[in-house]
Amino acid sequence: MAAQLEFAHKPKWLFAVQDSLEMIGRSSRHIIRNRDQLLGAFFQPIMFLVLFVYVFGGAIKTGHEAYINFLMAGIIVQTAAFGSTVTSLGVANDMQKGIMDRFRSLPMFNLAVLNGHVVADLFRNMISSTVMVLVGLIIGFRPKAGLVEWLTIVGLLLLFTLAFSWISAIMGIIAKSVEGVQWIGFVLVFPLTFASSAFVPTAGMNRGLKAFAENQPITQVVNAIRDLMNGLPTGNTVWLSVVWCIGILAVSIPVASYMFRRKTTV
Amino acid sequence: MSSGRALESHSICYTIGDMKQHDTVINVRGLKKSYGKNEVLKGVNFSVQRGTMLALLGPNGAGKTTTVRILSTLLKADAGSVTIEGYDALTEQQKVRSVIGLTGQSAAVDEMLTGRENLTMMGRLYRLTKQSAIVRAEELLRDFDLVDAADRPLKTYSGGMRRRLDLAVSLIATPPVIFLDEPTTGLDPRSRQAMWAIIKQLLAGGTTILLTTQYLEEADQLADNIVVIDGGKVIAEGSAQELKAKLGKDRLVLTFKDAKSLAAAANVVDNAVADNDSKEHALTTVITDTNKDVKDVLERLSEANISIVSLNVHKPTLDDVFISLTGKQTKTEKTEEQ
Repeated sequence: MAAQLEFAHKPKWLFAVQDSLEMIGRSSRHIIRNRDQLLGAFFQPIMFLVLFVYVFGGAIKTGHEAYINFLMAGIIVQTAAFGSTVTSLGVANDMQKGIMDRFRSLPMFNLAVLNGHVVADLFRNMISSTVMVLVGLIIGFRPKAGLVEWLTIVGLLLLFTLAFSWISAIMGIIAKSVEGVQWIGFVLVFPLTFASSAFVPTAGMNRGLKAFAENQPITQVVNAIRDLMNGLPTGNTVWLSVVWCIGILAVSIPVASYMFRRKTTV
Repeated sequence: MSSGRALESHSICYTIGDMKQHDTVINVRGLKKSYGKNEVLKGVNFSVQRGTMLALLGPNGAGKTTTVRILSTLLKADAGSVTIEGYDALTEQQKVRSVIGLTGQSAAVDEMLTGRENLTMMGRLYRLTKQSAIVRAEELLRDFDLVDAADRPLKTYSGGMRRRLDLAVSLIATPPVIFLDEPTTGLDPRSRQAMWAIIKQLLAGGTTILLTTQYLEEADQLADNIVVIDGGKVIAEGSAQELKAKLGKDRLVLTFKDAKSLAAAANVVDNAVADNDSKEHALTTVITDTNKDVKDVLERLSEANISIVSLNVHKPTLDDVFISLTGKQTKTEKTEEQ
């Protein structure tokens, strides 16, 4: 004999929040339990950091005393950009599998599935960034940022990761296969991070590349975080970064929601 | 079984007058669906009464899964109407979703989560309170014999365990209507038996069930009513008994020691089907009068000097019904060979 079941009664929007929290919990568990991916989130950025510092560090002149003080912002933003593509894997995985039918047959707020992946990926990226800063400190990174600067950096990084994760979510929705979406993420994010100020000053690039590099969001975010870390005046970079990220979110969230609904409603 | 609540809350006070109206839980009329030029459903009608099971029986590609997907709001029909507990599956999707549970062909559960986590999560998404979701999850784990595996991620589960959990998940909020889309396909015989036992308990608890299956035995064992569909159309309908009485005939099956005597026998017995593939060299013929026809066949064989290894008279099974309706036997055998 079953116990008497109680159903919750709440306004619709509160259920939407509750469902999103439920899905964030789900996606976070995925991250914690996917040991390979977790190890990747730790070691890939460390590898990049160490390789760049010791391989290119001596050859790249940045105007900073130590290359690592220049590089750290770039590596963190690059890692966040790559990390955000994991969202598309999670979303594509759900879209291709029976579990989406289950979610669709439930009286739930379906977009919570996307919220879950996007927000859980913020957690993973924060872990990656923290690990990287700590390793950086060991191998000579000497930031001059105070508490306010660090908080600004964290805020910017969260906003940036969120923006890229939502773009990534769109790719996950429209992808035909999980393998396909992995490839797309790589091909989009790689040029975007390298054709930016992440690893080298843009001054040395040819004119066309330079024009692109200086006017794309990754450069703005990298410059803002770099100047904040090194205690330098940030100029407009912080505001430009915020505008870029909010602009991306203003487009990507509605597009992702629309595509998701179109794919999941009849 | 824990579906008791479903019985309590939904066997609501009918009066004799509106009995009929309340008793039909699922009502499907003129259901049509095409994918491009491929007409998958060509006007399907059926209804399911409260507390009973209807089995949708048909070969692969008959339109069973499409029907279930439309009924569970996952797919839109081109024409026709579907009501479930009085709600329109097209215009009142959220209401339909709150009264149904779906167990599809592919396990719709989260591989990375544990059994318990899957259950409580889905319970919350079904709008149960946190406490109720936890209590109910525990209860289902117990009922479905999954207590030991409750805190292991699903990727460590066997196929049968996964299917049981999948069904448990669709029962988390004790919905009064359950759709089971080929719930035992791909399960070993023991897991299938376990699944059947669970389904029988659900029925005893008053749940209304729509089951799709390719296994006649399954429909025969479980269902109150059977709707046979083929090529997107209902081709027969009734209880297992009715279908057998209407369409089944007794069969005489003879086996021979080698292919040569089988071939010889096939020449002297009228309307016989020889099965050369099997090791048994069997010959099957339909009989109408058991005494007379068997005697007749045996006389002919002895006249031709052919000796038999064994002789069996088979009462009609749903398989026979199905084959006489769809003519699909040879077809499926051929596809399986390929």
